[in-house]
Amino acid sequence: MRIRIDHVTCYSYARAARHIIQVLRLTPSGHDGQQVGEWRIETDVDASLRRSEDAFGNIVHTLYTERPTDALTLRVTGDVSTSDTGGVLSGQVERLPPLVFLRDTPLTRADAALADYARSVRPGRTLDRLHALMDAVRRDVAFEIGATTASHSAAEAFALGRGVCQDHAQIFIACARRLGVPARYVSGHLNRSDGRHAQEAAHAWAEAYVEDLGWVGFDPANGVCPTEHHVRVAIGLDALGAAPIRGSSYGGGAEQLSVALDVRPVQAASQQ
Amino acid sequence: MTQAFDEMAGDGSGPVREGYHALSEWLRQAPPDLLQARSRQAELFFRRMGVTFAVYGDADSNERLIPFDVVPRIINATEWARLEAGLKQRVGALNAFLQDIYGPQECLRAGVVPAELILTNPQYRPEMQGRRPPGGVWCHVAGVDLVRTGEDGFQVLEDNARTPSGVSYMLENREMMMRLFPDLFADHRVRPVDDYTDSLLGALQASAPPGSGDDPTLVVLTPGPFNSAYYEHSFLADKLGVELVEGRDLFVRDDTVFMRTTEGFRRVDVIYRRIDDDYLDPLTFRPHSTVGVPGLMAAYQAGRVTLANAVGTGVADDKAVYTYMPEVIRFFTGEEPLLSNVPTWRCREPDHLKAVLDRLDQLVVKEVGGSGGYGMLVGPAATRAELEAFRARLIADPGAFIAQPTLNLSTAPTLAGGALAARHIDLRPFVLSRPGAVEVIPGGLTRVALTAGSLVVNSSQGGGTKDTWVLDD
Repeated sequence: MRIRIDHVTCYSYARAARHIIQVLRLTPSGHDGQQVGEWRIETDVDASLRRSEDAFGNIVHTLYTERPTDALTLRVTGDVSTSDTGGVLSGQVERLPPLVFLRDTPLTRADAALADYARSVRPGRTLDRLHALMDAVRRDVAFEIGATTASHSAAEAFALGRGVCQDHAQIFIACARRLGVPARYVSGHLNRSDGRHAQEAAHAWAEAYVEDLGWVGFDPANGVCPTEHHVRVAIGLDALGAAPIRGSSYGGGAEQLSVALDVRPVQAASQQ
Repeated sequence: MTQAFDEMAGDGSGPVREGYHALSEWLRQAPPDLLQARSRQAELFFRRMGVTFAVYGDADSNERLIPFDVVPRIINATEWARLEAGLKQRVGALNAFLQDIYGPQECLRAGVVPAELILTNPQYRPEMQGRRPPGGVWCHVAGVDLVRTGEDGFQVLEDNARTPSGVSYMLENREMMMRLFPDLFADHRVRPVDDYTDSLLGALQASAPPGSGDDPTLVVLTPGPFNSAYYEHSFLADKLGVELVEGRDLFVRDDTVFMRTTEGFRRVDVIYRRIDDDYLDPLTFRPHSTVGVPGLMAAYQAGRVTLANAVGTGVADDKAVYTYMPEVIRFFTGEEPLLSNVPTWRCREPDHLKAVLDRLDQLVVKEVGGSGGYGMLVGPAATRAELEAFRARLIADPGAFIAQPTLNLSTAPTLAGGALAARHIDLRPFVLSRPGAVEVIPGGLTRVALTAGSLVVNSSQGGGTKDTWVLDD
């Protein structure tokens, strides 16, 4: 299906920031289940955008403002054609060997409780264990907005037993790595099946490396493998590594942020 | 411990060792109070100059003077020639190893080093995969810690390939000795160390990114005055004749690093950084680092600035990777290692772990990512409770540790309590790399354990230092 994304992020600063620098991972790459069509990043201030590629194969833009700025809007618009691959990834750019994705990060390091939780997944084939893990995380971690923040680690969110898709993904990743399975974080978008196009925030899920199959997506917040409704934008070792925007301002003081996101099929899907 | 090998007396059965004749004679004839008086003078000078070292966790004094011992440690020309060749070989191999790890990874494919050990190592930086730093130099400044257990027994204890410190003490100790004992220098042909900063400047300039012209702008980047080695950072900036900056003095625009100066902005080409990778750039590494420069990695990856050392060199000084260095040297140089490693148990391997747990009270156990002598166990000196606590840590996370035999480090005559006594020492020579060349400064930092019988020489653990004299032929 074709999915259109319109993603607006507004920053405002208490004082005019002399200089702002942002690292943007907002541009998807293609793979067999996803062809990227039109894609644009626009900003309403004088700024230079330098495109590069990071170690994980993500398309990165570094934004540098050119004059004092008290507000900055980033607008990302584009469309992507997707198809269902059963969650199995192929045809994507892989810059790093899977082993790299066994390493812990502060956000995904399993504490004793998470390690026990990982061990409780019933023995069996890797793929079956990962499905069992996904179901368990969905069952045991309630979806609740506001219980956690972006800087909560997997262990902290697990202890709370609540969180959002970022927490579900990071808990899944922490456990998969404890089981010896390379796993990584995916930031992206979801075309919701309930027809709510206006969304509060982008989506996130995980990918795990299964011998003989390759990278397979798991969306523990929804208890499914990614479908044609998932738009994959960036990957990383954790939420921070795949963060859509990481930035810093000089002299701007307190920063306020608002997001407007709209994800919808290009032709409204026929009523079932 | 049995009697250790002594740098001056050897095993004590024969004459004084080569290179020590004049010193031993001088020490024999020196008036008893002379060394004491010079020692007090040295302390006064150092205190006035503010040569300090902060010891973390020491509530009594934020800034301590590293104790200085006035009796020099001498290395004769023959010994030095062997050491120098071994160090050049080792650091050359380190650079080739890093270039390969972040490039084609042939040494992983060939099984020289287990891929998992590298790729899951927190010091391996995926951000550097497929990148080549300007000039192809990874480890511009290395400090290689050597210990000696016998006449031919120099061994490498560890490689410091991130931000090795101590070179300011090497230089200050030499200045102090020349001031205090000019007559002794007249009796010896000591090779100078004071061209270290010129060599460092040359190595950094030669590693500047393309397009930075004949006179690239260098800075020394420090985390600030609270860092234990801040004195050294300011000392080196001063000797190099470049600005000492903190993260907030720099900013990145259009993939280029600039420094704020009183005359406006100035482009920066080479950053001699004394900040660990983790804190360099909050947009790439730790997001709450306040000592780094946002966007520095963007400029670095665009090839528009040189960082010395390069990002990601820590993977080469991990203590578990260290255990593979002999194979790494063979693989990249095709030669036998001239300097051997200390035999080391890798606790990540179950049979090694068992061997270590069986004789924990005889071994030194270190964290693979540790430095500065923090968090290590010296078995023979540990209490039963300490041993048991460490045993639990080892069992819980064996991959985090390596273990080595308790080495009977060589001793050197040292002024202790008003008389000369043998104290255990080690040696940290400094090795500089530039495109196509590796240079070893003739000397280094000799560290001395001031407590009788102690084997812990780290400054952070209360060790002292000596001037290191490499003799000319």
